[in-house]
Amino acid sequence: MKIAVCLKRVPDTVAKITVGPDRKSIDETGLKFVPNPYDEFAVEEAIALKEKAGSGETVVYAVGSNASQETLRAALAMGIDRAVLLQSPGSPDGLEVARTLAAELKGAGYDLILCGKMAVDDYNHQVGVMVAELLELPCISSVAHLSIADGSVEAEREIEGGVEVATCRLPAVLTCEKGLNNPRLPSLKGIMAAKKKPLETKPVTVGKGSIEVLALDYPAERKPGKVVGEGPDAVPELVRLLRTEARVL
Amino acid sequence: MPANAILAVLEARDGALRKVSHEVIAAARQLSGASGGSVDALVFGASVPTGSDGLGASGAARVLAATHADFDRYNPDGFAATVASLAPSYGAIVFAATATGKDLAPRVAARLGVGLVTDVTGLATDGGAIVATRPVYAGKVLQKVKLTSSPALLSIRPNTFEPQPGQAASAAVESIPVPSFEARVKVTGVKAPDKAMLDVTEAPIVVSGGRGLKEPTNFRLLEELAEALGNTAVGASRAVVDAGWREHGAQVGQTGKTVSPGLYIAVGISGAIQHLAGMRTAKTIVAINRDKDAPIFKVADYGIVGDLFEVVPRLTAEIRKMRSER
Repeated sequence: MKIAVCLKRVPDTVAKITVGPDRKSIDETGLKFVPNPYDEFAVEEAIALKEKAGSGETVVYAVGSNASQETLRAALAMGIDRAVLLQSPGSPDGLEVARTLAAELKGAGYDLILCGKMAVDDYNHQVGVMVAELLELPCISSVAHLSIADGSVEAEREIEGGVEVATCRLPAVLTCEKGLNNPRLPSLKGIMAAKKKPLETKPVTVGKGSIEVLALDYPAERKPGKVVGEGPDAVPELVRLLRTEARVL
Repeated sequence: MPANAILAVLEARDGALRKVSHEVIAAARQLSGASGGSVDALVFGASVPTGSDGLGASGAARVLAATHADFDRYNPDGFAATVASLAPSYGAIVFAATATGKDLAPRVAARLGVGLVTDVTGLATDGGAIVATRPVYAGKVLQKVKLTSSPALLSIRPNTFEPQPGQAASAAVESIPVPSFEARVKVTGVKAPDKAMLDVTEAPIVVSGGRGLKEPTNFRLLEELAEALGNTAVGASRAVVDAGWREHGAQVGQTGKTVSPGLYIAVGISGAIQHLAGMRTAKTIVAINRDKDAPIFKVADYGIVGDLFEVVPRLTAEIRKMRSER
């Protein structure tokens, strides 16, 4: 089985985000970056599927600056075979990123292309599905449970208040949801091996697209609240406030 | 194409329109209203979904019904082909940022070759261009973007746009042709849990629990409170989802869901930055925690410092009492 994984470098979810001086991008000074958590589910699934198949190749792709090499190495340390960095600053327009990935993946003979369902930085929630459409491949998004047999995919995706079951044939694109698996931690041996695995860098030009970032700003601070009281005796007053002041009950 | 003609792509489940559909129309009307345009509503189904003939009251000028034998469930390729075929007549297309909308909208965008702005919480226009506000980094920052494509494609966050009554009392439902499509993906079934479960992104009230509950079985306390409140979903912090106490679909925060309910009650949740990011747009926040210095109290409108095992049952009892008095 030949599997491609698309990976993005994003700020750590526990990090405080500061708006930069241009008011259009974030200040990256001292910010810790990690592989996008949803993409890690894709990395784990690719490695596990190859292990199960007993043969094949796993390749990880990222669109980003040279700093993304570290993120790609993290995937290699988990067990991916080789990496390709499509070197470009990226774009706020997800379609342009998808076009870049699709151009690289087209005709490369992958049975499966795995992406995270979204990146936790821009929340665009679209690139994987767009890659599939551009390659005219079937796509099941936000997959939380997966089984593949005889070239057929059966996947469960979460919908509001339930689970949708969807099927398609390989080759296909799947985007991964939390719950699909538990990504392994890289072993020391894996980290050492990753240093010797191939990491190819290809300069690309990602189009500007049709979405222009005008500004970044902080959400309005919430008004300071009040502690109604201590212990269960404060409950009647809380209920009164919710009814008469907040009017939510 | 008239820039002020807006297409609202609606959602139905089990043959009936979902609440978010009216919110999509409300957002579409914000775009058309500035320029005296009109909103057409697009519905899918094996037959016309229940509620479609009443969409005039929400502000739709026309209701376009795409009916097909395979449209009793979500049909990614069929829906995408239909929206794409209508696109040339519209200046903008509005989707819901729901499980379906998040799958459908990027398909349409890729087919049309235009950008897509997702999870929008605010809309404005600037010299004919649409300016959308959307939370990024799970709501730690708000991003303002300008859409320069035609049509402009966007999806709106549920529970954010308030449906407004329209002028026309009724809108005619017109059947439209479904273009031929190849169903590369087939939705073969929908599994619903034993109990009808509200989703945290859509429920008007969310009660969430964290580590403070000590054991997974203690979530029963929150389920009882939710039942007493009615129309309430039970959420969870990342810590308890990672520990396997709750399904990941219930997780609120940066690697879970971002929610904007009218009332959010955080129980035994200290308030890690990634959790606060996921719920800070709730209209009213209540925190119940033993630690008076917990960060959750900084964002809560109302707090009770105390043992949740005493406070929550009392709250459930008070709500039941209040409900029975009405």
